[in-house]
Amino acid sequence: MSGGHRVTAPGILRPVPLPAPAPPVNPETKPYWDATARGQLLVTQCADCQALIWYPRGFCPECASPRTRWLPVSGRGHVYSYTVNYRGEGAYQGCGPYVIAYVELDEGPRMMTNIVGAVPEALQVGMPVEVVFHDTGEGSALPRFRPA
Amino acid sequence: MTIRGKAHIAGAYEHPDRKIPDKSLAQVHAEVAIGALNDAGLAMRDVDAYFCAGDAPGFGPVSMADYLGLRNLRYLDSTETGGSSYLTHVGHAAAAIAAGKCRVALITLAGLPRSQHTPSGQRPSRSGAPEAGFESVFGPTTVSMYALAARRHMHEFGTTGTQLAAIKVAASQHAQHNPRAMLPVPVTVEEVLDSPMISDPLHRLDCCVITDGGGALVVVAPEVAAGLPRQTVKVLGHGESPKLADNGRIDLTRTGAVWSGPRAMEEAGVTHADIDYASIYDSFTITVLQAIEDLGFCDKGKGGGFVADGALLAPHGRLPFNTDGGGLCNNHPANRGGMTKVIEAVRQLRGEASAAVQVPDCELALAHGNGGSLGTRSAAATLILGREDA
Repeated sequence: MSGGHRVTAPGILRPVPLPAPAPPVNPETKPYWDATARGQLLVTQCADCQALIWYPRGFCPECASPRTRWLPVSGRGHVYSYTVNYRGEGAYQGCGPYVIAYVELDEGPRMMTNIVGAVPEALQVGMPVEVVFHDTGEGSALPRFRPA
Repeated sequence: MTIRGKAHIAGAYEHPDRKIPDKSLAQVHAEVAIGALNDAGLAMRDVDAYFCAGDAPGFGPVSMADYLGLRNLRYLDSTETGGSSYLTHVGHAAAAIAAGKCRVALITLAGLPRSQHTPSGQRPSRSGAPEAGFESVFGPTTVSMYALAARRHMHEFGTTGTQLAAIKVAASQHAQHNPRAMLPVPVTVEEVLDSPMISDPLHRLDCCVITDGGGALVVVAPEVAAGLPRQTVKVLGHGESPKLADNGRIDLTRTGAVWSGPRAMEEAGVTHADIDYASIYDSFTITVLQAIEDLGFCDKGKGGGFVADGALLAPHGRLPFNTDGGGLCNNHPANRGGMTKVIEAVRQLRGEASAAVQVPDCELALAHGNGGSLGTRSAAATLILGREDA
């Protein structure tokens, strides 16, 4: 597990572990986080209009249906936007520069994540990526993405 | 029914300090309330409507109303849309006054993030928000959310860091004439680009200042305004809109200004060419760039060229902006810039801006605010304000 980078000398980046803070989990989102612990990425899908729903929820923002189901997705996509953040806060305080991104899944939704396994200079909008899971130690794992 | 001309801003006050280590948050709210009422020539007993947002301590508007001794209230509004809240409040106050619900509305903002050492990148706590678990675990900060928008704008439209820096340069040119500005020294494009990277592509000098302070406004009915000695400013139009993440269709290059701007201008019956001065929310340089495009002052994607051309420089640029130095150089109290946007627009329309940046014969002004995270989950509010004779 790696992905953060600490500048040890100008231009030289040493991979360091990124924090993996546990998410808040509630009855609505527990199946999603349980699946991440098994290495599976889910989205919700409306059982009435069939729309994919992101972020996951038990309500369809397209047709207002309360009937939703869980749908596994490929875990593949491309970078919609990214930033190398040098000033982490909270769990990320002092962890060194790390990459925050929106990844557009092949299935359509754009989700916030981290890009790992790539030096910042190699990053590009549009680059193909695939999901990896980083264990939080609390029954869930964070879906992050690495170059595919 | 429209609000056009049915309410006036009679009082506007910006707290003079940028660091206030010896006062409570409620005290600063009280100081700006008194300042704005004095400016209007009114007193606490005249206030029959009170507006505040999430920066006010306690229970919505009730705790501060109690602290201030506002005993004659018949209208309350605590709409919370981050930095845009106070522009929204002006619009709501005007509507309430037009509907006969109240006659004298007080709006206050205060904050002490500098004295309380709030981490510069810390996002307001939204721990119970339904989206929280799907975003906060990845370490987004306020700056990084705007950096994501800047990166995407660069990708789609070829916008450059040099163009973004021109916005800071213009703000700093204005701030040198404001003796209260936190950063009164003009900077160059090179200095912006050489300042430390905070969240790529945004540098430290792409970011607004962090200040203690506050501001307040008094919005009154026309018949109240007519009896006041002070020159007032007419509220001519108001528009507001949220910008949603929209079920995974996040569009980082467009903001709620796409909707709030046309609504405000239509209500006021004005066009872009009529606007003499614009206060544009400037939490970061990219915030200004996107607002200018989305409000329609230039084509989408052409904001970089627009700002790099000197358009923002007062008094003679095509769109003189933020003549107090804005949030980028002057003041960003409570990490919320909407209040000071309205205050500087009022100064311009009263002819009371710093002489070097006063727009000649300033008759119509636009004030625009954005709250939340640019392009993701945010709220926009736009006001069109006019000189008393407009």
